[in-house]
Amino acid sequence: MRKLRAGTTTLIGVVLTAVMLFPLYWMVNVSLTQPTMLRKDPPSLFPFDPTFDGYRAVLSQQGPYLLTSLIVGLGTVALTVALSAPAGYALAKLRPRGGGTVSFIFLIAQMIPTIIMAMGFYLIFNSWGILDTPWGLILADSTLAVPFGVLIFTAFMSGIPGELLAAAHVDGAGPWRTFRSIVMPISRNSVVTVALFTFLWAWSDFMYASTLDRGGSLQPITMGIYRYIGNNTQDWNAIMATAVVASIPATFLLVIAQRYVAAGVTAGALKD
Amino acid sequence: MRIAKTTNTVDGDDVGRVTGQAGPVTRTPRTRSARLPSHLVAWAFLAPVVLYLAVFYAYPLGRNVDLSFRDYTLRSFIDGTAKFSGFDNYVEVIHSPTFVPALTNTAVFTFVSIAFQFSIGLALAVFFFKKFPLAATLRALFLVPWLLPLLVSASVWAWMLNSESGIVNSGLEHLGMHQINWLTSPQWALVSVLIANIWIGIPFNLVLMYSGLQSIPGEVYEAASLDGASKWQVFWRITFPLLRPVSAITILLGLVYTLKVFDIIWIMTRGGPGNSSVTFAIWSYRLGFGGGSPDLSPAAAVANLLILVAFAFGLVYIRMQRRLVEL
Repeated sequence: MRKLRAGTTTLIGVVLTAVMLFPLYWMVNVSLTQPTMLRKDPPSLFPFDPTFDGYRAVLSQQGPYLLTSLIVGLGTVALTVALSAPAGYALAKLRPRGGGTVSFIFLIAQMIPTIIMAMGFYLIFNSWGILDTPWGLILADSTLAVPFGVLIFTAFMSGIPGELLAAAHVDGAGPWRTFRSIVMPISRNSVVTVALFTFLWAWSDFMYASTLDRGGSLQPITMGIYRYIGNNTQDWNAIMATAVVASIPATFLLVIAQRYVAAGVTAGALKD
Repeated sequence: MRIAKTTNTVDGDDVGRVTGQAGPVTRTPRTRSARLPSHLVAWAFLAPVVLYLAVFYAYPLGRNVDLSFRDYTLRSFIDGTAKFSGFDNYVEVIHSPTFVPALTNTAVFTFVSIAFQFSIGLALAVFFFKKFPLAATLRALFLVPWLLPLLVSASVWAWMLNSESGIVNSGLEHLGMHQINWLTSPQWALVSVLIANIWIGIPFNLVLMYSGLQSIPGEVYEAASLDGASKWQVFWRITFPLLRPVSAITILLGLVYTLKVFDIIWIMTRGGPGNSSVTFAIWSYRLGFGGGSPDLSPAAAVANLLILVAFAFGLVYIRMQRRLVEL
């Protein structure tokens, strides 16, 4: 009786998950459907006679976009970790006077709608001459992640035992040495969490890409899809193939690093 | 604060072991005098990020406020000067025919999104909290929509809701109902973007509420079941009240995030047809970057109205969180 009930619950769970993930299935389905079959009524639920033309189009046309996204993503990760890890250490362990105010400002900073930042950056980047460059995009995208990074690093580093740092001190290690050789290696897991989320946000960004890099020669993949949608609305097969490719980092993240994901979501919202 | 505990254990291996020892490093007087003063060291570690806050948050924000009080044109973009115009942009924006639809749509979009995201997320959290085979795997799969680029989700929904070839209309027809012009009719456009946005927000609510459930000690339930409470009673009398702090935070964060939503609406409807799905974020973008000659100054004025609302909710959130920490 007990077993039967557990089986039923699992079945309900599977059905709920299937409903939730249906749009993703649909994306894959359309990406494999012949363009001529796309206007069929009713649409076919399964890509019998699949085509890989959409993916071929992605490989031949979207390469530069994907590469730009990769560069922007990695650059944003480097910048974010470099800025937020020392800050987290200071706030968690060195506790300077005024540190609370800095944390508070970060909390506020997270709430600024991106459209506002985009407009400010547009003017600033214009005068700095980095409009339409990946460098500008890296700087802008980092603002999506630095507050989160500081929050996560502060939370995790406050768990590092004080004795350990005191011991390093006694052994003659200066603050920087302690940070580099003890704090950072111990905080490896939080670095992974911050890096994963930062990469994902930079990869997914459309607001900054479409305002600060609208005319550049190196544009990210979100702009690649956007241009596809704008130019050839008929070719949903290729659009969906691009969408599938653009979703790969997220899927990879979920499969490889699921525990870091859950840690990031909860910590980002609830950690004091 | 019990809720935060879950985050400590996830990082696990190295750090989680020792959570008892918090607080500043103990320094002996001898080393303090021999080295740099400790607060200087601390500020040296903080300096890059403080500089960053000034250059990449305060400065753009200031430029945006400045922009909204000037008459910025294409010419000023080149020669760098723009006339000061006081509150003209704000007056223009408030008297614009777009103002009322943008205001009501922003309110409807935000509150309806949150109501559905939260209740569905909570129901799913309760469901997945039961121990059954595959529960953890299925719960992980629920996260996928949240991690996808918003642009991808929006494009998929746009195609699914397509009038002639969309799967949704095909399903409706199958059930004997009329086709709906989801994205192209004024009465359905807002509903369409709401559906997509609710779908995207469910995982976030699920994860937060699930961690809230984890923080309720098992003994509470045992006591209740000994007293013969029904499942329904247990939920409304015990679980729900105990979840109140987490719920409040989830909802307020949801408010702040939903006010920002841009990608989904822009890709699916661009705020149209007409102004039927326009929100403040979309309106501001449309003025500034939507094609044609950019009206950056009114766009900045609209954006600043949005930030006032976001900060109002934000302050409530911070107060709630403070209270939660004190508990």
